[in-house]
Formats: sequence, C-alpha cells, structure tokens
Amino acid sequence: MSLAHETLASLRRRLSSKEIHSRDIVKDLLTEIGAREKTVHAFTHIDEKASLAAAEKADPSLPLGGIPIALKDNLNALGDPCTCSSKILEGYRAPYDATAVARLRHAGAIFLGRTNMDEFAMGSSTENSALGVTRNPWDPTRIPGGSSGGSAAAVAGRLAIAALGSDTGGSIRQPAALCGCVGLKPTFGRISRYGLVAFASSLDQIGPLTRTVEDSAILLSALAGHDPRDNTTDLRKPETFLSKPEGSVKGLRVGLPKEYFLPGMNAETEAAIRSASQWFEKNGATLVEVSLPHTPAAIAVYYILATAEASANLARFDGVRYGRRAVDPKDLLDLYQRTRSEGFGPEVKRRIILGTFVLSQGYADAYYRKAQKVRGLLRQDFESAFTKCDLLLTPTSPEPAFPLGERTQDPLKMYLADVFTISTNLAGNGAISLPCGFTKSNLPIGLQLIGPRFGEEKILQAAHAYEQAHDFWKRMPPL
Amino acid sequence: METDAAAMSFSGNWEAVIGLEVHVQLRTRTKMFCGCVNQYGGAMNSQVCPVCLGLPGSLPVPNEEAIRKTILTGLMFGCRIAPVARFDRKNYFYPDMPKNYQISQFDDPLCAGGAVGLDPFLFPKDLQESDEAKARRSIRLTRIHLEEDVAKSFHYEERSGIDFNRAGTPLMEIVSEADLRTPGEAFAFLGSLRQVLLAGDVSDADMEKGQMRCDVNVSVRPVGQKEFGTKVELKNLNSISGVRRALVYEIARQIAAVEKGNAIQHETRRWDDEAGATFTMRTKEKAHDYRYFPEPDLLPVRTDQGLRSAAEKSVPELPAALQDRLMKENGVTAYQASVLAADRALCGYYEKAAAGTKHKAAVANWILNDFLATQPDPATTPIKPEYFGELATLVAEGGINSAQGKKVFAELMANPSSPKALVEKLGLAQISDAGALGVFCDEAIAANPRSVEDYRAGKSNAINALKGFVMKKSQGKANPTQVDEILKAKLSA
Repeated sequence: MSLAHETLASLRRRLSSKEIHSRDIVKDLLTEIGAREKTVHAFTHIDEKASLAAAEKADPSLPLGGIPIALKDNLNALGDPCTCSSKILEGYRAPYDATAVARLRHAGAIFLGRTNMDEFAMGSSTENSALGVTRNPWDPTRIPGGSSGGSAAAVAGRLAIAALGSDTGGSIRQPAALCGCVGLKPTFGRISRYGLVAFASSLDQIGPLTRTVEDSAILLSALAGHDPRDNTTDLRKPETFLSKPEGSVKGLRVGLPKEYFLPGMNAETEAAIRSASQWFEKNGATLVEVSLPHTPAAIAVYYILATAEASANLARFDGVRYGRRAVDPKDLLDLYQRTRSEGFGPEVKRRIILGTFVLSQGYADAYYRKAQKVRGLLRQDFESAFTKCDLLLTPTSPEPAFPLGERTQDPLKMYLADVFTISTNLAGNGAISLPCGFTKSNLPIGLQLIGPRFGEEKILQAAHAYEQAHDFWKRMPPL
Repeated sequence: METDAAAMSFSGNWEAVIGLEVHVQLRTRTKMFCGCVNQYGGAMNSQVCPVCLGLPGSLPVPNEEAIRKTILTGLMFGCRIAPVARFDRKNYFYPDMPKNYQISQFDDPLCAGGAVGLDPFLFPKDLQESDEAKARRSIRLTRIHLEEDVAKSFHYEERSGIDFNRAGTPLMEIVSEADLRTPGEAFAFLGSLRQVLLAGDVSDADMEKGQMRCDVNVSVRPVGQKEFGTKVELKNLNSISGVRRALVYEIARQIAAVEKGNAIQHETRRWDDEAGATFTMRTKEKAHDYRYFPEPDLLPVRTDQGLRSAAEKSVPELPAALQDRLMKENGVTAYQASVLAADRALCGYYEKAAAGTKHKAAVANWILNDFLATQPDPATTPIKPEYFGELATLVAEGGINSAQGKKVFAELMANPSSPKALVEKLGLAQISDAGALGVFCDEAIAANPRSVEDYRAGKSNAINALKGFVMKKSQGKANPTQVDEILKAKLSA
C-alpha cells in the first residue's frame, strides 16, 4: 500500500524504527499528486526537488522527523511562496518562518506543498482563490469547503499526510467536514499566530487538518504554547492532548445547543448528528439540552468585526514595499488604487469596503461597537453553557458539500455555510470537526465538538473515542 | 529688539489661545514593538525586521521599557496613570507607514491630566524679566499616550525613498490644554517640558534631531471672550525658537485678518523658517477619519501589576525641587539654579565640586561663569570636579586673591591638576608669615622716611606707598591684609 494512505502516527512509528525513510513517503505522495492533483488542484505550489532534498536530510529521531506536512498558503515558511491565493502577493517569497512552521521544522517535519485557499482566507468554498478552484475528492463537481479547502482536499485525497490550515470563522472545520477529515480549531491563544498572514486578528487561529484525531493531537502538541512574538498567546505550558489512548466518554455531559438544530436543516446531516449523539449516550455520556441564545446574531457580528479588522490588516498591501505593484503609476494615489484594485479579488474588496464602513465616523457606534458588545454576550452564552456540560455537540456544516459555482453569485448564502462554526471564533473556544457519516450520494458529514476555553484535551479525548468506535475515517474518496 | 507683542501688533484687544501637541521619541534599547535597536543614524534600512517593516504575518509585542518610561513621564508631570491602558489602530495610508495603520492609543491612554510648570529662566532671554515669565504659570496637560513612530521619506528628483530605521521607534504624544497665551509661553513650555524629560532620562528630546517634534494649534479672540476662535494647526516646527517665531507671525496674521473682517480658515499651515511665514498646507474639509479601533494583536496593558511601581522608583528629583534646594542649601542664584537644573550632567559635576567645600556659591560661579565658557563636556573633561572646590576654598580663605584665582583657573584649563599644586607651581602662595612680612615692613619704613612722616602727620593714604614697596619686594605674594596690619602697628609704635 502507498505510504500516502497511512496516518501520521503510523508513519512516525515506522520512520523512527527505520523501517521506512522519509523519502519513501515523499515519493509516494508525489506519485499520488501526479495522478490526481490535476483534478483536485489542492496546491498552489509544489517544490518536488526541495521536498525530496529535505526528506534526505530528515532526522527520524525527532518527534516529527521526516513527516511531510502541507501548509496553507497564508503561512510564512522561509524562502517559500506565500500568496494567500491572491494576485497581490504573486511572486512573494516569505523572508521568515511563522512560529508554527518553525516549531514543526524544529520537530523534524518537512514541508510538501502550499495549499490553495480562498483569497486571504475569505470564503467557504475555496472558489475565491485567484489561483483556480479546488475540487472535492469525494465529488469533483463539488466544492471542498473553505477557506482551507486545499489543505482539506489534500489530506482527504491522500495528497498529504497532514496539513495546517487557519480558521477565522470555520475555515478549518467546515472544509474538514465537507472533505471527510479531522480539522481542529484550537482555543484562541493556544497556537502562535506569528507568521500567519492576518485576516481577522482576534479570530484567526492556526490548526491541523489530519486523517485522525490522534494525528491532530500529535500536531497540536508540537504547535501549542506561548510565543514571545505573539502577545495574545496563552502562557500555560503545552500538555499531552491525548493522554488516554483507549478513550471513553463515560460520565461526559454532552450539551446539544438547541439553536444548532433548526427546522428545515439538511435531513441527512441532522440524522447523522442525531445518531452520533445517541452513540455518546449509549456509551455512558449524558445528553443535556443547552441554549446559546445569541447565536442568531453571530453571523452579523462576525461580518462586522472580521471585516473591520481585515480592512486594517490588508491595508499594508499597497505596492510600496513588496508584492504586486501597479505599472507606471502617475502618482501615489494612483499607485494605491491600481495596485489594490488589480491585486485583490471581488470578495476581498467587498470585505475591505464593509470593514471600512463599519469603522467610519458616524457608523462605528451602530456597527463596530455594538457588535463588540454582542460578542461579549456570545462569549457569556458559551461560559454559561459550559457550567451545564463538558462539551457541545453540533453539526459542523448545515449541509454537505455543494456544487461548484452554486453560490459564487450570492455572498449572503455563502456566508451561511459558517453558521455553526462562527460563534466559537467569536467566543475564542476550541472545536473539532470529524467525520460522522456519509450521505446517500457518498458525501462526508462532519460532527463538531466544542470545548470550554483551553479544553482541547477534553475535545480530543471524546473525538478520539467516537472516531475509534467507527470506521468513517478509513473510507477512501472514490477519486 | 522688537517685543513679541509689538511684532504681533497687540493693541491689548486680542489674545491668542495656544495648545501644543508634542511628540517625543523615547530613549530605549529597542523599538516599540520589535527587537530592532532604537538608535539615531545607522545605514539606511539597516535597523529593520519583519515587524517594523509591516511584513505579512508579523505581530507587534509591546516594549516594557517604553511603557515604563511613559508612566515615569506621567508621574513627573503629575498625570493620572491608567490602571489598564489599551492600544488602538489609527488607520491612514502613507508610504512611511509600513502597515498603513499606526499602533497608538485612543480611548485609554497611559497618562491623563497633569501639568507643566513654566520656568521663568526658560522663557526667551529677552522675556525673562517680563511679567509673563514671572507669573510662573502652570499649563495643564490633556494626556500622554504611547505610539510607534513612522519611517522617514526622502524625495529625490524623480523618485522617493524610505528609510525604515525610524519606523517603530517608541513615541510619546504629549497634548497640552489650550492654556498657553503667548509665543513666549509656548517657548517656555517646550523648554520646561524638555528639562523634565531630560531629568527623567526618558528622551534626549533634541528638536533638531527630530527626537522632539511639535505641532501647534493657535487661534485668536477678543480679550474677555470665552469662546475660542477658529483654530489653525501649524506644522514643520523644527526648533523651540522656531515655534516662537511661527507663533509671532501666525498670531499677527490672524489678528490682521479678523481686524479686516475676514474669517480665519480652519486649516493646517506650514511654517517656512527661511521665509519667516506660514503657508496653507491643507484645509480641514479633507479631514481624516482615522477609524480608530482596539488593536486586536495586543492585550490591554496592566500598569497596576508592577509597571507603575517600577516607574515610581525611577522618578528623579524634579527640576523645580532641585532649583529650590540649590538656592537654599548652596546659595546659588535663581538663574544659576535654572541653568544647573537644565543640564543634569553639569549639575552632577557641580554637586561633586561643591561637596568638598563650604564655599558652594563660589564653586557655582567658577563653573558657570568660567568653566562653562570653555564648553566642557562634564562627562569626559580631565578637570576633576574636586579642583573647583579646592579653588573656591583657596580664594575664599585667603590662600590666594581672586586675581590670582583667575591665573590658577587658566593654568588649570591648560594643565589639569590640583589647584594647590598649581599655586605652588606658579609661585602664587601668599606670604602670611608675620616674621617674614615684618622684615619687609621694616625695610619699607627705613627706605621711605617721607611717607612715614606724612602718615604720622595724618595723611593716612601715605601708607599705600609703603604697602607698594612691600608688595614689590615680595613679588606680589605678601598677604595684603596682614601687611596693612603690621605696617599700622609699626608706625604707631
């Protein structure tokens, strides 16, 4: 069997026992990529030679020695492109390593490929990439989800063992759900954001996309912990996130937020989630109905705060110092206007304009400041829910992968794809998505487990127990 | 010299209302939000990193030393220190701004309130005796906040360049209330502010080097009117005296305009020091909306968990207290006290010099009148401060006279060594030995019978010829007081 099909945990064991060599994994992955990347288009950049050279030098005695990992194209890795799938960063090479990247490097990992994304992580389908769309390995006529669609499609399609993504409103969990892999959005402050090109600084969080929950825990251990370069990282020491390998959910109080089970939701999704909750109950957990009453405001709050922060974060792309620059500008204003109108895609422009508007004099009170207040209420919703339960169980996405092109003309409908994931970014909590079933047409369905802040161990233990009792994770996409 | 008031054609009917916004670069080891060295000069773009260049993905980390120095500044001016301060993003596009937003403080600055006392000796020289200087007014501060400096643009014929070495330098913005009324007060405000900043060692505050920069808001109104007139902002003020000149010009311009019945435009004007005039830069209709919002990359700053108490420990003796002490304890003049308070290095030198003698005022005279004229650097001068204490003692206690003191001082500058030794070397030691002086006096009496006779006949001035003889004989070394006493005793015997 091709090594591309194995989990990170298994490859790690085989590498350290010298049964296999890192180059074998890279070669097998390159073979798979050669066979299917044309259809899937998970990557924006692959440097075969560099990856093979790194594999030759890999040190299998290190925790991730010789494990190839794909990086979302918004993570800086020294010397590699970092385009954020935007024309404005065409040709840009990262002059430094993101802390997450440096930590993986330090643990011995090597990097294979930059994965496609919605431009600057703005989108839920990876259709907003300036470098072409990514297709879902389960059905190439459908979207992989987004914005970390390239990472999810690569992992699900056996084009990568594991990948890093970033999650601002669901950008790791929703594509993981739609592609049938495991996606973890850690608590805000758990992993350093230094070197992640910012979309919305108070919401962004880096996380792993993997085949299994165990692989997710392994990567989280390597990534987590305080970083003196990121003022918002938490000071607590990294822990072991999967200390009990067998796993049990006995005695666990699992909350079902009633606002996440709406009339008229996708029937197959609802059935899969209900049956997952029954499994928890059967295995000794108690189900508790809880309420997160401010949930209906979450999308509005998110699109005010995220765009406000983005309008400032993306101001630096002006053609003055790096990236794309308009040709022969006639003056400074012309340089700014043409660089930015030629360099940014329509969704990015829409969000910059929206964010600029909600911060403007005369409007900031009604929009930005009011949204900040409601964000506080959302946070309290979660805090009070977690006095009644240990974890929340919800669908990750209201429905399975939708067809390419279906929503590109309807941004509001597209925004609804993140309705179940957005609140956790606003509250800062960690959450995971893992496969919990398939539709009749063989599309993956994702289960979301949300934990209290810094409750990753709880999340991972429960997710691991559920996963190991099922074989959804073993299913292969037909492609 | 024409007075400010005359230049502004003050007829007594108008008064100016002036507020200042002063930007002060903090002297810290590293920049505000990254580890780059904070140093003036250096090859262009050599002191930069992903953070201060605003590269994609970089994040700011606040510099504790800068926060502490800002709190210290607040403490020195009697500001309220916020227990929790916050950083905000100020949004505007300009090539010298790497991120196109500046990390600054808006709603919750580190320091609020406080005041700057105007030191009369820091008014312009020609105004130091004026009523406005003697009034010793206190000017209220609105706030002091901390932000990052921008880069520096250079414009060539066809192109422009940017040096990012300055980008990210910690910068305090000190905002005054509109309490100032005259150009002289604005001048004294900046000097007094600077004096305190130097005392606290928070900045070198050199306006010529751009370490202290000042924007001025000024309006005029009829005396007695409460409402402010339309204010004009002045920019490009590169020295404290430039601020005064610009205000004299601008106030005169505004008064002339309103006297003619013209309205003052709400605008920003640029001071051209060479032309000695202000010119319209931009009108306020195009005013910026900076879209401030809380900086999500930075946690709120808790000053109440050690930062404030650390700053409290480094509050120095403030200039006003130092001046009081020097005047009361050392007997220096108010002017001397002010000069010493304005130059901490010199003051330290003086205090060392004065420590070794009880003639402390005399030491101040030597150092401020004679030594300072040689433009010494107190930190590196080979002339030990103790020498001045010695010199003052020698003169005051009669070892040498003051004319000889000057000779010793000149020799001290040329060959730094102990004044006592120099007195020996120059052969200046006075002869105070009564026996030796008696011999000289006897000789004088024997050689000048006419003068002796005249003296005894009541012409007391005749003694001077005898004294002159003794001085000549002793090559000027005879102690004149003692000679006088001995001669008088011998003549009346």
